[in-house]
Amino acid sequence: MIRAENISKSFAGREVLKNISATFEPGKTNLIIGKSGSGKTVFLKCIVGLLEIDEGKIWYGDTLFSKLDFTGKKEIRKEMGMLFQGSALFDSMTVEENVRFPLDMFTRMSEEEKLERVNFCLQRVNIVNSNSLFPAELSGGMRKRVAIARAIALKPRYLFCDEPNSGLDPKTSIVIDELIKEITVELNMTTIVNTHDMNSVMENGEKIIFIEEGEKCWEGCKTEILKSDCKILNDFVFANSLAKQLKASSLEE
Amino acid sequence: MFRFISGFGSYWLLLAKVFARPEKHSIYYRQTMKELVSLGLRSIGITTIISFFMGAVITLQTAYNTENPIYPTYLIGLGCRDAIILEFSSTIVALILAGKVGSSIASEIGTMRVTEQIDALELMGVNSASYLILPKVIATLVFNPFLTLISIVVGIVGGWIAGTAAGVITTQDFIYGIQYAFIPYYITYSLIKTLFFAFIITTVSAFQGYYVEGGSLEVGRASTKAVVYSSVTILLFNVILTQLLLS
Ligand SMILES: Nc1ncnc2c1ncn2[C@@H]1O[C@H](COP(=O)(O)OP(=O)(O)OP(=O)(O)O)[C@@H](O)[C@H]1O
Ligand SMILES: [Mg+2]
Repeated sequence: MIRAENISKSFAGREVLKNISATFEPGKTNLIIGKSGSGKTVFLKCIVGLLEIDEGKIWYGDTLFSKLDFTGKKEIRKEMGMLFQGSALFDSMTVEENVRFPLDMFTRMSEEEKLERVNFCLQRVNIVNSNSLFPAELSGGMRKRVAIARAIALKPRYLFCDEPNSGLDPKTSIVIDELIKEITVELNMTTIVNTHDMNSVMENGEKIIFIEEGEKCWEGCKTEILKSDCKILNDFVFANSLAKQLKASSLEE
Repeated sequence: MFRFISGFGSYWLLLAKVFARPEKHSIYYRQTMKELVSLGLRSIGITTIISFFMGAVITLQTAYNTENPIYPTYLIGLGCRDAIILEFSSTIVALILAGKVGSSIASEIGTMRVTEQIDALELMGVNSASYLILPKVIATLVFNPFLTLISIVVGIVGGWIAGTAAGVITTQDFIYGIQYAFIPYYITYSLIKTLFFAFIITTVSAFQGYYVEGGSLEVGRASTKAVVYSSVTILLFNVILTQLLLS
């Protein structure tokens, strides 16, 4: 379980996160939604400690993560996997080397065991026969999937995904959503996903946090989101006409 | 001024991070081997070409500026040797490498910063500064002295070829000249300078790349700054080291 308490963060005097609190439970896909520029990425980077928070506390289980030093954080980080908004694969390494990197760095597995684990993870994300390609030779969706494979190589307890399906076609995007959901349950991970894709919200949203202008405006699950009367949330969720019709019909029921 | 001091402070903090205890030696060893090839072996070509022409032009310059019968011609060989060993093979080669190696280090690390690859390393619990920079520092410290030795040899050969081809000195005189009053300590001096310069090139350039913020435009700027700052630092240390080592 991950708990964020009263997180605030500013850049050069501009407040990007304002007093956000949230709890993320294991075995669930926790979603953070919000408009572009609302502070989702910053929030996620604060949770994993890539950005220093100005105020507040971050707990991983019973450990106060935000107060740990580099060595202390390192222990918890070995149990984290993260998919960055731009994939962040290592350009100078092949697909196989990318996925193998965390294994090389933190395990004492033999070469065969590593290769087996790499191939297992790659298969899991439907990447086959591409082991020796470089990231520049992959499509955007393939890069995202390789990045997921790298993130799950060490069987993390915490998985963070920053916009796993932005820039993907609807079908691939569903495949990725399903995948994240499955491995979350399979490994009983605490998964946090940033997204502004309403499809994945309706698909995966067991727990949804809505951020607007750096403030948490709403919290709930996917069935509640259709019935919510929070004005800003409705403007965000029902931005297109199809969704508006959906809302109307769900209220009639 | 404030920015300069705070930049200087972060440079030392980065160095402290770079020289923290490596987490896994086998990986650092592998990375160092890679860097030996990309920063070391791939610099042999340019070092050779530059040294050859430098040696040639120094010989001709010395010859045309000492066209006086009271100077024996073997002094041309001697002048060529000392100029190459004392200044050209260490300092000029270091300046050229600051351009080649420095900009490539800054842009490589800077690109990794703006595409979040450094964040990805940090998130895994890897000390990114040490993982990315230490192998480069070690590789250049190990390899650049060889580049300097190659440069000395090639420079003198260049001087000999140019000198004899232009007819300003005979082979016998040249060889006599390069052996005359030879002080072996000059080579040591040159190699010590090279070690300092190698350290400056890699750490200053890596520092510029590591703290890039923004996008590809800033990466370009960082790599320009890497070349400028490491060159200026090299020139400054050249004066300091010369005073310390030769006085
Ligand atoms: N390093 C930084 N320095 C200054 N401002 C920043 C920095 N990173 C983010 N911001 C600002 O914080 C705000 C929130 O950015 P963030 O990247 O979290 O948005 P987001 O919700 O992830 O948007 P998107 O959906 O487009 O990815 C933006 O207004 C951005 O300008
Ligand atoms: Mg974002």
